Amino acid sequence: MSALLEVEGLTKHFPVRRGLLRRVVGTVQAVTDVSFTVNAGETLAIVGESGCGKSTTGRALLRLIEPTSGTMRLDGTDLMTLSRADLRQMRKRMQIIFQDPYGSLNPRMTVREVLSEPLLLHGVATQANLQAKVAEVLGLCGLSSFHAERYPHEFSGGQRQRVGIARALATRPRLIVCDEPVSALDVSVQAQIVNLLQDIQKQLGVAYVFISHDLAVVRHIATRVAVMYLGRMVEEAPSAELFAAPLHPYTRSLIAAAPRPDPSAGRVHASVEGDLPSAMNPPTGCAFHPRCPLAVDRCRAERPELRTIGDTRVACHLAEPATMRAQTRPLDANTPLARRLAVLAAARTRNKETTPA
Amino acid sequence: MMTPADPPILSVEDLRVEFGVDRNVFRAVDGVSFSVHRGRTLGIVGESGCGKSVTSLAIMRLVSAPPGRYAGGRITFDGQDLLTLPDAQMRALRGGRMGMIFQEPMTSLNPVYTCGAQIIESLKVHANLSAQAARERAIELFDLVGLPSPSKRVDDYPHQLSGGQRQRVMIALALANDPDLLIADEPTTALDVTIQAQILELMKDLQDRTGTAILLITHDLGVVAETCDEVVVMYAGTVVEQAPTAALFADPQHPYTIGLMAAVPRIDVDADRLATIEGSVPPPWAVLKGCRFASRCPLADDRCKTQPPPLRAIADAHRVACWHAPIEGARP
Repeated sequence: MSALLEVEGLTKHFPVRRGLLRRVVGTVQAVTDVSFTVNAGETLAIVGESGCGKSTTGRALLRLIEPTSGTMRLDGTDLMTLSRADLRQMRKRMQIIFQDPYGSLNPRMTVREVLSEPLLLHGVATQANLQAKVAEVLGLCGLSSFHAERYPHEFSGGQRQRVGIARALATRPRLIVCDEPVSALDVSVQAQIVNLLQDIQKQLGVAYVFISHDLAVVRHIATRVAVMYLGRMVEEAPSAELFAAPLHPYTRSLIAAAPRPDPSAGRVHASVEGDLPSAMNPPTGCAFHPRCPLAVDRCRAERPELRTIGDTRVACHLAEPATMRAQTRPLDANTPLARRLAVLAAARTRNKETTPA
Repeated sequence: MMTPADPPILSVEDLRVEFGVDRNVFRAVDGVSFSVHRGRTLGIVGESGCGKSVTSLAIMRLVSAPPGRYAGGRITFDGQDLLTLPDAQMRALRGGRMGMIFQEPMTSLNPVYTCGAQIIESLKVHANLSAQAARERAIELFDLVGLPSPSKRVDDYPHQLSGGQRQRVMIALALANDPDLLIADEPTTALDVTIQAQILELMKDLQDRTGTAILLITHDLGVVAETCDEVVVMYAGTVVEQAPTAALFADPQHPYTIGLMAAVPRIDVDADRLATIEGSVPPPWAVLKGCRFASRCPLADDRCKTQPPPLRAIADAHRVACWHAPIEGARP
């Protein structure tokens, strides 16, 4: 079976120009030689900290940013060589959801207009069945048809993100790039949107490239996870594998640094010192070596290539098959939290039965 | 080690803050009480619009009036009533005995002054140091908060530093005059996780060394679990639950607290589906007679919709504002 999306050697270097003549004085190596595949109906998460190139990668996939080099194929079609017109056609099959739904929705268009545009442009709906199609896609995203006449400013943050998802979903794409879709939302709303994305995937079989800095969300939603550092992929593995046995020291420190809402887990200790180096002038050898607790001379001199260990691809000279696996535990149904949650859920069900909507 | 039996450095009683003009008045903070002791950290946790940031601004008397207005309550800092304190004395407290750290260090540092100059100004004003002594103290503070090559950093402008470094400068600025109370409003929200871990560790170390009290405002239960001794959970301008951190996580009582905890995806726990709280926070202008969470609460009955539940103790230092608490018949 060939993958839905195949990306090979994706690279984006931005020239840095200075002075009166706009001479190129350097390049920001935002993304360098990134390769991955995404299968139909699965979620590949790309994680990393600010400046690691994850958003540039997401945008380059749709050629919203023109890649410097590399190849990308969606369903076998080469995306790099498409003309502008063909590319627009291709957008029917791949879409994007942004972090800030307020910034990405036209404030002068009602939700109906926002959704009608792609439906009509891509011939998914005709004037005759437009009404029904709009209602259908709103319903998929947990909105009602009366929301169609409203403007973006009339919605709360979570509802606006639902509109953003509806817009992306309108043309029934095979792949949606989700660029930090829940980062700007409050926890309770974030959970609603994460659940919605999972429901839609189950129902329609759409694949996600899920770009996020939040490892807990990623662990929850991803099939596979790719970790980026300073423009390069440093580790890629099935989600369960990555969290149970992270092989790259950077992945390990990312996981260790994520705060756990559990006072008995003890305090997190910062395991990485210093800041992300400049992407204009990345360190020699392994880009992580100045912050890596394990770095040896070889790491400073020679850049590690991605190699395969078990199901994991990792770019570290020192990586070895894991001997220890982190214990994750299933949700304990007998904690006070779980029991009370059950009480609330039961009450909710009861309420729904007694008051018919 | 101070014990909670000592008089608190800060106590807030029945604080009410309103915003609005003419008839369009809404209460952002409605009857909030808590206290913070030396050497300890109190967290205020809640979602956007719950009033946590207005509470912290109110303590520093930084709520701009109009449109803001203190509608009642008392704020006592080391025996002084802050709401009646003359402006000049309040100014002396801010940046002096009360340090502040805000979420976005780029907008809270002045871009046209060097980082050093901003600390030196504070030291000259509050500690009456000479220019030379202030500069030396600034370098010392930069070293204390872990900025690399501090003697060079003092002459850097904020834009020359990374986000984590800027937040370190903010912390150095907040600590410049050995504050008795540090108010940190979402201090790590704009930072990456590895940097967040560094900053939280730094704040904790500094607290151990100086014994300062910390009031930490955050939306992140993970940050609360790791740093706070005690927690206040706020919803729509009111305190819904208040407890020592371990007790709150082991025995959450308010339906909102329970919903919030269950909605957080966990890096260490498997779950098929996240629990959600249905609906969204009521808009600030909504007139709510009863419990403010009633419209989203599956347990809400007629009493909840008409009478606001009082915050009452259900165990030592564990208080909850819910008519239905404890929601299980027997407590564990």
